[in-house]
Amino acid sequence: MSSPSASTVPSAEGPPTPALVSYLQGETSVRSWLLTSDHKRIALLYLGTITAFFAVGAVAAALMRCQLALPSSELVTADAYNRLFTLHGVVMVWFFLIPSIPAVLGNFIIPLAIGARDVAFPKLNLFSWYLFVAGGLLALYAILVGGVDTGWTFYTPYSSTYSNGHVMVMAAGIFVAGFSSIATGLNFIVTVHQLRAPGLTWFRLPLFVWAIYATSIIMVLATPVLAMTLLLMALERGLGVGIFDPKLGGDPLLFQHLFWFYSHPAVYIMILPGMGVISEVITCFARKRIFGYPVMAASILSIAGLGFLVWGHHMFVSSQSIYAGAVFSLLSFLVSVPSAIKVFNWIATLYRGSITFGTPLLYALGFLALFTIGGLTGIFLATLAVDVHLHDTYFVIAHFHYIMVGGGVMAYLAAIHYWWPKISGRMFPEGPAVFAAVTIFVGFNLTFFPQFLLGYLGMPRRYQIYPPEFHTLNVISTCGAGVLAVGYLLPLFYLTWSFFRGPPAGPNPWRATGLEWQTASPPPTGNFVATPVVTGPPYDYPPL
Amino acid sequence: MKAATAAPAAAPADTIGLPIAYADARQRGRANHLGMWTFIASEVLFFGGLFLAYFIYRHAYPAAFAAGSHRLNFWKGAVNTAVLLTSSLAMAWGDAFIKAGRRGALQACLAATVVIGVVFLALKGSEYREMYAQHLVPGLNFDARVGPQVELFIWMYFVMTGVHAVHMLVGLGLMGWLMVLNRRGRFNHARHAPIELFGLYWHFVDCIWVFLYPLLYLVGR
Repeated sequence: MSSPSASTVPSAEGPPTPALVSYLQGETSVRSWLLTSDHKRIALLYLGTITAFFAVGAVAAALMRCQLALPSSELVTADAYNRLFTLHGVVMVWFFLIPSIPAVLGNFIIPLAIGARDVAFPKLNLFSWYLFVAGGLLALYAILVGGVDTGWTFYTPYSSTYSNGHVMVMAAGIFVAGFSSIATGLNFIVTVHQLRAPGLTWFRLPLFVWAIYATSIIMVLATPVLAMTLLLMALERGLGVGIFDPKLGGDPLLFQHLFWFYSHPAVYIMILPGMGVISEVITCFARKRIFGYPVMAASILSIAGLGFLVWGHHMFVSSQSIYAGAVFSLLSFLVSVPSAIKVFNWIATLYRGSITFGTPLLYALGFLALFTIGGLTGIFLATLAVDVHLHDTYFVIAHFHYIMVGGGVMAYLAAIHYWWPKISGRMFPEGPAVFAAVTIFVGFNLTFFPQFLLGYLGMPRRYQIYPPEFHTLNVISTCGAGVLAVGYLLPLFYLTWSFFRGPPAGPNPWRATGLEWQTASPPPTGNFVATPVVTGPPYDYPPL
Repeated sequence: MKAATAAPAAAPADTIGLPIAYADARQRGRANHLGMWTFIASEVLFFGGLFLAYFIYRHAYPAAFAAGSHRLNFWKGAVNTAVLLTSSLAMAWGDAFIKAGRRGALQACLAATVVIGVVFLALKGSEYREMYAQHLVPGLNFDARVGPQVELFIWMYFVMTGVHAVHMLVGLGLMGWLMVLNRRGRFNHARHAPIELFGLYWHFVDCIWVFLYPLLYLVGR
């Protein structure tokens, strides 16, 4: 290992050696990609896979919005509609959002950001991609042979006894993909603990690393509970007897407790990495140190920790004890404290910064607005009495889409654009990128804001028809979905173009801090010519 | 972030064959240990869901759980506990032997661990057969007169011991692989990490049984 005493002249720009072979060059056969153990190539494998799954989930969403354009449309049957929203939920949660930022950007950036040459277990990393693909293929198979109509939550006894969909195959797909998630999380935990560059102490870590680290802990500790829950549900379905079966004295509510013990923390698997991304983007485009670094790191960890204690707020109108409900309500309010601290600190970072409105920052600002709305409406839903009115209405749909799409997907796109020059070595065209960012923001709000109103007025979720008085707001929502679709398609085109034809980016086009910007773009296999040595705090932008 | 770069040091002898992520073998050893402990933490939560279900139903139906427990073969469970603890002892000896450089003794210990593990599974299988003969297998031939809540307990018994047995099967497979590697001379006093890491897994599976045994066999005794 290198030491500061052996260091050559310190260089802020990074020493890209032109002779180096980038990770994209060298071996380019399909075989070399499918058997790679390079974290950067595995990140691109994930990028391709989850983009395909995003398309599948988006088509289901588009069909649902088309169906809902008319109050009693006959585009799809009630049964087909059930299968569509289940498909949309399962695919978007487990095959897009959960792996999105961690498996793509986490894989690509974490080793670079901590000055490591790869993740701790490169072969396990590749294996986890194969598990993910295997799980995805099982889910696709379940969809192609007829789908599942239980909703993504698989509540018993419907899933275990009455549903005639392909529940077993779908559950098996999620089970397998879950182990991919565990393997990825395990890899990041060990990587961050063991492979930080010399001088890169915990409190010099970029917040993106903190966020992925906290997310990994959730992945490792929550996902196995989902695996066991799905296993128990599948056994009950397969053998006709099980522990959620009321005939034996079993309690279907126990399934809900176990399911949400995973699935609420899973929301934080989807949003925490986004919070990490936003911290990187805002500091870079405001040219300022992050406001309140230690508090930002602590709030990431406390959101991850509190996330394990709030699952009962999904069950206020189940037969859960009202005293448990009150405790879960209070604990859910607590999550808003670290979340709000983060929002205030991002705004404080922007305050009096030297701001450039680049595409990544536009997405980050979109995140700030949408995440705040999503978070505040979450407080409505965490309030016991209000939830009785809003439970299972479109208000809930709008709330979690503001968090998962308005927060999660916006942050994912911010991350893709921010690190695109590093990933591809090329710049994307700014004009279409800005246009897409604005289109997505407008389309998103058009789609989902009306759903808050619909839900408040009492329109329940998961029905393919609705009373005529809800028509106008549903039409606005469907039109918004069209705008959103255009916005999502644009990056696919200009990023693909940029990957082959974009102007070379150079090692650090954003003049950002962070070790990933100190190596060539795209980075060589092995990442760094020489192990970097860190001597200062993160986000060390020169004083304005 | 300010950073300087250092010239790469000449590769020390112990970096040969090392994955590129690591600077030296000690760093790799620490990473492997943390990885295994993280995996075990994940496994604890995997079983945790089952244990939670057990506690909830035991609290709800204490009499049925005691009645169900009396239908299990206490002696086979007790003997199996001793059997499994002995297999962990053999595993721990193997680890100690290879740290002293004794490959042959390691091979004997691994073989003993496998044999004792198979004895455990055989006893478990004979228990399952016995219960099948008594019409006590939920989903296959459970005698409805025994009562629904007792069936719930017996169902938990099968799932808990079944998931545990699957972990043992995986362990036995891995142990076979370690024996092949040992025969090829891959381990010595300096290179023995896989033995120690696998030992952690084996002892963990053993620990799960240490909890399963009283929870399943000793209720109301």
